[in-house]
Amino acid sequence: MPKITYITSDEKVHEIDVENGLTVMEGAVQNDIPGIDADCGGGMACATCHVYVTEDWFNKLPKKEDGEEDMIDVAFEPKKNSRLSCQLIVSDELDGLTVNIPSKQA
Amino acid sequence: MIKTDALIIGAGPTGLFTAHQLNLIGLNCEVVDNLDKIGGQCIELYPDKPIYDIPAVPECTGEELTNNLINQLKPFDINFHLNERVDEVKRENDNWFVKTNNNKIFLTPNVIIAGGVGSFEPRKFSLKECEKFENKSIFYAVKDKEIFADKTISIFGGGDSALDWAVELSKNSKVNLVHRRDEFRGAQSTVNKMNELVKSEKINLFTKYQLSNVNGNDQIESIDIKHDEGEIKNIKTDYVLGFFGLIMQLGPIANWGLNIDKKTISVDTEKFETNQKGIYAIGDICSYPGKLKLILSGFHEGALAARACFKLARPNEKYRFEFTTTSSNLLKRLGKKE
Repeated sequence: MPKITYITSDEKVHEIDVENGLTVMEGAVQNDIPGIDADCGGGMACATCHVYVTEDWFNKLPKKEDGEEDMIDVAFEPKKNSRLSCQLIVSDELDGLTVNIPSKQA
Repeated sequence: MIKTDALIIGAGPTGLFTAHQLNLIGLNCEVVDNLDKIGGQCIELYPDKPIYDIPAVPECTGEELTNNLINQLKPFDINFHLNERVDEVKRENDNWFVKTNNNKIFLTPNVIIAGGVGSFEPRKFSLKECEKFENKSIFYAVKDKEIFADKTISIFGGGDSALDWAVELSKNSKVNLVHRRDEFRGAQSTVNKMNELVKSEKINLFTKYQLSNVNGNDQIESIDIKHDEGEIKNIKTDYVLGFFGLIMQLGPIANWGLNIDKKTISVDTEKFETNQKGIYAIGDICSYPGKLKLILSGFHEGALAARACFKLARPNEKYRFEFTTTSSNLLKRLGKKE
């Protein structure tokens, strides 16, 4: 199973095995990783699953769909390497992905 | 004080259909919502997005669903209290005493929380220093645009609110528009208008910049904005407006003595009652084994909670289950029969 590393704002590292087909957001929610609220449940409508992707991974990920960048506008402290974790679907290609969670989402 | 059989908190699809169910079985109800319009998340987050999993409705948008639910309520006389947030819920003998942020008071045996993920509040600047200027120099909504006349206003954001106010305020104020990227997600016609105003130097546009500091004692005197590449600009400004959309916060619900876990309220699956007798939670805000956050689940939960309300609102009557196809009682209430 692909391993996804979530680094929370307190710098704790959570290595989680996430099933193929789930989103990076779902992997966090199901494993109680703090800081990924996913208020809208994955509808790309709230930006509370916002993460920073490490630079080497950012370019390897599938491109953002229409609407994701719009939502990142309203995310907490957006950066160049911001993504919405509800839009990142876990597959073998994502094995080893590391995401940093902002200090807060609200 | 308003006395009612049931008070519904939240005017989203779940709250609306529950109002229908309550009135159908002969109970009256009042509905409170913090937003300025009916529809909840459907209207605030995805009015134009199609939904495909409402039973018997192959496809409809959030707005269409809301309008249909409002139409379904037409036979009934229901009071909506919009722009009001319920702040306090406390026991008063056999009733619940409910107070809003505008000091409206309700007395009811039944409180139904259909609050989604909580109440919508404006998303604020992440910078901590902004807090002390809030409602003095920093605003997240415009209540009185007159205070901005002949002042310098720095507007942050890239959506319709930011663009509309940049265009509007540029008539009588000096406007800086600051956005984190080059693209704007507002309506193209407003983007074009804004670009014209930038050309005619009515609006100063700063893209790829974000707020990095606020300077001043009581009032803001200037702000620092930081470019993607690291460069920092100091700009003089009297007021700052931030338009970053809305965020859902559980808010005061957390203080009502309910069992809350991960922003959701535990309920039973017979009445959808919380650990407090006469307080129910339905829709996205409730949790129980197997809970699905689907609109259709909210409808089911509301229908059952409404029947539970009957017992407390009409303790001396017996509830009898009836079908709308055949019951003359129900047809009368629906206005289909004299």
